[in-house]
Amino acid sequence: MIRHQLPAIIIVAPFIMAILTNLIGLWSRSACYYAALFTAGVSLFSSIGILDTVISTGKISYRLGGWEPPWGIEYLVDHLNAYMLVIVTLIAFLSILYSYRFAEKDMPARIPQFYSLMLLLLTGLIGMTITGDAFNLYVLIEITSIACYALIAKGDDKSPLASFNYLIIGTAGACLYLIGVGYLYILTGSLNMADLTNLLPKVYHTKALLAAFFFFIVGIAIKMAFFPLHGWLPNAYNHSPDSVSAFMAGTVTKVCAYVLIRVMFTIFQPQYSLSIVPILPLLGWLSVGAMLYGCILALAQRELKNIFSYLIIAEVGYIVVGISTATKIGFTGSVLHILNDAIMMACLFFTAGAIAYKTGAKTIDDVKGIHKKMPLTTAGFTVGAVSVVGVPPTCGFFSKWYLLLGTIHSGEYHYTAGLLLSSLLCAIVLYRVLQSMYSQNNEISTKNDEAPATMLFPIYVTVFAILIIGFISGNIISTVIDKTIPIGFR
Amino acid sequence: MQIIESTTPILIVTVSLIGAILIALTGERNRNLREFLTILVAGIKFVLVFSMVELILKGSVITYTAFQITDKLSIAFKVDALGILFALTASFLWIITSFYSIGYMRGNNEKKQTRFYVCFAIALSATMGVAMSANLFTTFVFYEIITISTFPLVAHKGTPEALAGAKKYLTFLLATSIAFQLTAVIMTYNYAGTIDFSNKGILEGKASDSIITIMFILYMAGIAKAAMMPFHGWLPAAMVAPTPVSALLHAVAVVKTGVFVVVKVVLHIFGVDLLQRLGLGVALGYVASFTIIMASVVALTQDNLKRRLAYSTVGQLSYIVLGVSLLTTSGIAGSIMHITLHAFGKITLFFTAGAIYVVLHKTEVSQLAGIGRQMPFTMAAFTIGSLSMIGTPPLGGFISKWYILVGAVQAHELFFIVVLSISTILNACYFLPIVYSAFFKEPSHDNHHGGHHHNDHHDTCLEGKHIFLVAPLVLTAIGALTAFLFSGYLFDLVSIVLKGVR
Amino acid sequence: MEYIIAKYNYWMYVILMMVGFYAMIVKKNLVKKLLGLNIFQWAIIFFYISTAVKSGGATVPILHSALDTANINLYLNPLPHVLMLTAIVVGVSTTGVALALVILIYRKFQTLDEDEILDKLRELSGK
Repeated sequence: MIRHQLPAIIIVAPFIMAILTNLIGLWSRSACYYAALFTAGVSLFSSIGILDTVISTGKISYRLGGWEPPWGIEYLVDHLNAYMLVIVTLIAFLSILYSYRFAEKDMPARIPQFYSLMLLLLTGLIGMTITGDAFNLYVLIEITSIACYALIAKGDDKSPLASFNYLIIGTAGACLYLIGVGYLYILTGSLNMADLTNLLPKVYHTKALLAAFFFFIVGIAIKMAFFPLHGWLPNAYNHSPDSVSAFMAGTVTKVCAYVLIRVMFTIFQPQYSLSIVPILPLLGWLSVGAMLYGCILALAQRELKNIFSYLIIAEVGYIVVGISTATKIGFTGSVLHILNDAIMMACLFFTAGAIAYKTGAKTIDDVKGIHKKMPLTTAGFTVGAVSVVGVPPTCGFFSKWYLLLGTIHSGEYHYTAGLLLSSLLCAIVLYRVLQSMYSQNNEISTKNDEAPATMLFPIYVTVFAILIIGFISGNIISTVIDKTIPIGFR
Repeated sequence: MQIIESTTPILIVTVSLIGAILIALTGERNRNLREFLTILVAGIKFVLVFSMVELILKGSVITYTAFQITDKLSIAFKVDALGILFALTASFLWIITSFYSIGYMRGNNEKKQTRFYVCFAIALSATMGVAMSANLFTTFVFYEIITISTFPLVAHKGTPEALAGAKKYLTFLLATSIAFQLTAVIMTYNYAGTIDFSNKGILEGKASDSIITIMFILYMAGIAKAAMMPFHGWLPAAMVAPTPVSALLHAVAVVKTGVFVVVKVVLHIFGVDLLQRLGLGVALGYVASFTIIMASVVALTQDNLKRRLAYSTVGQLSYIVLGVSLLTTSGIAGSIMHITLHAFGKITLFFTAGAIYVVLHKTEVSQLAGIGRQMPFTMAAFTIGSLSMIGTPPLGGFISKWYILVGAVQAHELFFIVVLSISTILNACYFLPIVYSAFFKEPSHDNHHGGHHHNDHHDTCLEGKHIFLVAPLVLTAIGALTAFLFSGYLFDLVSIVLKGVR
Repeated sequence: MEYIIAKYNYWMYVILMMVGFYAMIVKKNLVKKLLGLNIFQWAIIFFYISTAVKSGGATVPILHSALDTANINLYLNPLPHVLMLTAIVVGVSTTGVALALVILIYRKFQTLDEDEILDKLRELSGK
């Protein structure tokens, strides 16, 4: 019986706990951590349960409050949702586990509020992934964003300004999305995604729908930091607290990429995005721009988290380029890359955070010779970095394989060239970091001073995932990703 | 042809991975155990490889699928005559190199020996993976693992010079493989629908001629481990590595992986007929010829012994490429045999270079005058090695070179015959003076090179204390000398390969 | 011209939006930026509300208790209003967070001018 309620439990649990942690905090601060961790664990298990149900029985439709769609809000979980839910809840669980020492160190007085916000962010992300209602999606985007703004502002001196800029740009993006929803509502009178899929074809020729489509794309592109609308991301991620940046880096842009896929291929039928408004070539070229721009700018940075932030911009380009090939295999690569990128970025930010926690080192020069002091963390970082470059047998290689295959299959060789060039640039970027980490440094004490277990554990979960996902990617593709490919893809 | 399903290939790959873990766990605490483990694993690996030879000679093929990633994509092994030849060579020489490493690393008091042995074992594992791979995907995965796992070996000393060399090494290998080879593999997958090696090639009729030509160029540029010019720069740079690494990896495992993949791609992806029709073999032959001549000329100018050997390797690798590019039976036979026969000669030469460095701390060719008296066995081995490089009968190098020459005649390519003769003369020019000065010149008495105390003992033999160093190089020299004894055996394997492709 | 008059509500919201957008981009003072953002949001809310309007004397159902609820021409479409209630809540909370950030920034830098803050940040990192 509980199985049928999982789509509600997965989102209600973190939401209620987000409020409760403030009360629990009055009684005991450390209990907040365990409460948050437990809740994230509940969500993680629910998401796995949902994925399992979806794989065995197909789509789940959950009606909130028993209202019939299209009047009530419907949670419609198909393979893509379920897959995204597992990614989000997994990264959330690891991040909360990881944040234990940071919360103690950075904001001892605000632990309950911190976990409250973390859970709110999780609620928002889960909601964005699971909802089947276009307006509901807007509200959840804003819940996610507000939690992000507040969390980012807990970082270093520059963080409030970074957060404020993010707020201005991000809210504008969400507003654009809202206009898009308004247009759809005017045209069809419905807000339910599944309903819209059926209603929209009648108005495909109207200019208003075209405008709505572009409002959607631009609004979501801002939220997912898609080149050239990425401006807010590097500062926001760089200056945010270490425990938060890993969570956000692993999930926010990825979930927004999911929303993009939903809008382009569920609300609008693939036919619209492919042939009526041929937007894919534009997205493709922009993502080539993103890949190159992200990597080149990453080359110019000295701070580790800044470097990774620019790499995220490039990785968003990877995800979009696969979609824009309009091939099955490229789309597979994109969806697989959402998973891989979430895990790789979490790994990189986790290790950077662990190093900063132990030594205060933030820049390439600071981490010189760190491998003597923190060998396990450095080794974990190495695996993550190798995977970002896309060297086999790590998971980054496998998604890149599908992406490249997709670009070649569609005959878009300029995308292929962009992908390869940016891989090489990535290699240079991360080589510089690795070289510094593994070089000799007599100033740093060689005493082994490893990160605490609450950090090492999440790091090694991601490392293990990086090493293993590539080999099971065939299974992931055949059981999940194949079912998510929009109709009309070659 | 009988196809046998067997787990031996995966065992061969995993045995040294397990070995690497055990070595890492043992660490510095028990050096003897660590080194014993290395040798044990090397031994087991060789025995396992050897156990397959009989079946292969009967004409069977051994297959094993380790991971089925998707229905067309898998990590799979297929051991055929070509693969077993390479696997045998590499695994046999690993045993010898293991002994040599012990002598070298201890004699030099190198740091981080555990990391050295671990990476070495992983690199060998990956080499076996390449040798036995059944498709390009598997090949590529192991090819990259070799690159990554040998990087710490090249950077072993940790000096700025070593790091610069290692950086160049990584840049060349990783950049070309990602930018060109991966593209080529994916294009192959896209056009042919498969990337399994097949005797007749898989691309015939699958794509337009221009696409196939582009793919061929991408492959040849992407397999930088074959060190064809202009992608040879990493090999001299990699000479900053400790000598056992240069000897086994940069004379056998890594570079031979490169040429092995070239041979595989030429024979099993494009196929002889297709390349002949498009005239791509000849084009490749010209690039290889250019590399042969240029590398030999550059080798003449190098004073550092290891760098001279490196350029010699660059040239010799292109012999193999040249042989296979002729697309004639003898050419292919010669090039396949050269993979093994060159290995014995070149590893001997590197071993001697390392031994000279450990015992006398000399690295430059100009310092070697008269050392034949201090290290008679070493320099005798060096002589044999260089004669084999030059191709003097009856040494190993001669046999394969002869086949390549015959191949050139069969293909009616006079130009290549001229190239081979010029290169032989050049080879003699840069090797024989070393031999001459080591044995017949008076040792120079200036001692500004470190000023070692043994300047007074120019006539005493210094090899006695370094049995681990000298014995391996004598063994490989004997191998190069007696190549004609096992060349028949070699030819049996080669003829199985030839039967398949023609 | 008729086109513009017939859809004047849309034009109003576009103009409002542009005013807000201008303030967000051009103004250096953070509070002014925030005001711009609010205008931007309100433009959209007005847009939604205006879509609910029906010509011909339709009104809000609760104003006339005797209204014939079956006749949809008599009352305004309530859904956009409901949606906008939610949107207003979202807008208010965004503004709340933004104001909190502004206070934080003011405490740290003693100014709200973006250029001056950036100068101070540069000094900070220069030290």
